[in-house]
Amino acid sequence: MRPATLLRCAALALLVSFLLAPQRFAPLFAPLTQYGAPPIYDQGNLLSLALAHLGTVCLAAAASTLLAVTLGILVTRESGREFLPLSRTLVNIGQTFPPVAVLAVTVPLVGFGERPTLIALFAYGLLPIFENTIVGLQTCPPAVLEAASGMGMSARQRLFKVELPLAMPLILEGVRLSLVINVGTATIGSTVAAKGLGEVIIAGLLSNNTAFILQGGLVTGLMAILLYDGMAAFERRLLRSVRIE
Amino acid sequence: MITVENLSKVYDGTTVVDAVSMVIEKNTTTVIVGTSGSGKSTLLRMINRLVEPTGGRVLIEGRDTREEPAHLLRRRIGYAIQGHGLFPHRTVAENIGTVPQLLGWSAARIQARVEELLQVFQLDPKAYADAMPHELSGGQQQRVGVARALAAEPAVLLMDEPFGALDPIIRAKAQEDLLEIRRRFGTTIVLVTHDMDEAFHLGDRVAVMSGGRLLQYDRPARLLTQPADPFVARMTGMGDRAMRLLSLTTAGEAALPGRGSGPAVTASASLREALSELVWQGADSAQVVDADGTARGHLTLDAILRHGRPS
Repeated sequence: MRPATLLRCAALALLVSFLLAPQRFAPLFAPLTQYGAPPIYDQGNLLSLALAHLGTVCLAAAASTLLAVTLGILVTRESGREFLPLSRTLVNIGQTFPPVAVLAVTVPLVGFGERPTLIALFAYGLLPIFENTIVGLQTCPPAVLEAASGMGMSARQRLFKVELPLAMPLILEGVRLSLVINVGTATIGSTVAAKGLGEVIIAGLLSNNTAFILQGGLVTGLMAILLYDGMAAFERRLLRSVRIE
Repeated sequence: MITVENLSKVYDGTTVVDAVSMVIEKNTTTVIVGTSGSGKSTLLRMINRLVEPTGGRVLIEGRDTREEPAHLLRRRIGYAIQGHGLFPHRTVAENIGTVPQLLGWSAARIQARVEELLQVFQLDPKAYADAMPHELSGGQQQRVGVARALAAEPAVLLMDEPFGALDPIIRAKAQEDLLEIRRRFGTTIVLVTHDMDEAFHLGDRVAVMSGGRLLQYDRPARLLTQPADPFVARMTGMGDRAMRLLSLTTAGEAALPGRGSGPAVTASASLREALSELVWQGADSAQVVDADGTARGHLTLDAILRHGRPS
């Protein structure tokens, strides 16, 4: 086993054991607390918070992927070319508009809870997927596309049999980037009462408990790293199965 | 038979192909030559409707090509291009099987056809069927590209500078393969090139294009002896036209009866090669023999030279 794989397994083991039995790590965090405050977050189950966090991120990423890839396909077709600047502007706004501001705007519209967070993450995650989809589709070798049409593939067959498989590595990279960014960003959802690891950090900030802040941060960070690596491994396997190396 | 009637293509007011009419006979190789920008590729691509004509029409076996959707038409017409355009994410076998798969052939039939074609192109199916395109040499990729174009047994094969990216030795081999394909499958081949030697070597008929117009469409020998236009004469080359003419006749075709003396020349060699051999050997006559060595007749220097001027 390579050292990198070993390190990943160790990180996963650490994350899982902490989430399953956080109290066992209490001695480690105790020095960070003052006046006998609890060293381990005790206002909710860490495991269920982590799962809710992950669920929110994945749901948002799924929606971003669906829209960004569809949009990317549409604006690279002959008929949709003129919508490219407009779509790019919209997606860029999604990225530049701070997620906190999105929360502020959406809470009055959809109320507190998961929904404003999902909307913020969805908008924030569009850009990398959209841009990568476009680059992937636009950089298919012209001779290959010409051959595909010359062989008698319809526009649809060409898209699904040739263009998308060739663009797949870049699209997946975009999805991975978007996912990882959003694992961190999702912590702000707790300011509008979405269930997630942000809750732990905010509780730490409110009660001046460094141990809570550190726990929330570490769990989030570990999840982001492992998710990134997991996605990369999944991509390699998927690409090998469609044989793009 | 392909009938091209008054075919034109205009892009933003610029006429790229200007009212071209020609009849391409079945089971022949027609080569379209011209400088870059002469409209030769556009003309070829209008035959399978990769480019839609602005005016005129194309009939294949008497049927207007606009009668069916373009992508269905293209499945019946082989198409090979420069730089082969193989699908990088598919194996050699899958690449070759592209059109049969689109046509819904059974897996067994596709596999049998792929193996047959790999053998025709001297690629061992066991070693190459599951290889990826990037694992092949340039010459092998080009052969797979042509095999893919032939997979669904098309009656017509269109080729756009198919050998342009190959080095001279592999190129000569690919040209021999193409002649063999026509003999074997009876395919009607239309090939675009800017290489006059290639045109003369492969073409039963050669079409010379310039500025979107078809200047002359004729047998190669007539392009040399009766050029319709000064441009055609320039294209075919004034300096070595006698040698070009000699290269169009084989020793077997020109052989005189009776056993001669001097060096042996194979019947399939061109008169140009036979002349070269005589000059090299310092002889004034040669024996013409078949590939297996049986005598076919003889050639004299005079007889050869007579073939090198307009009769």
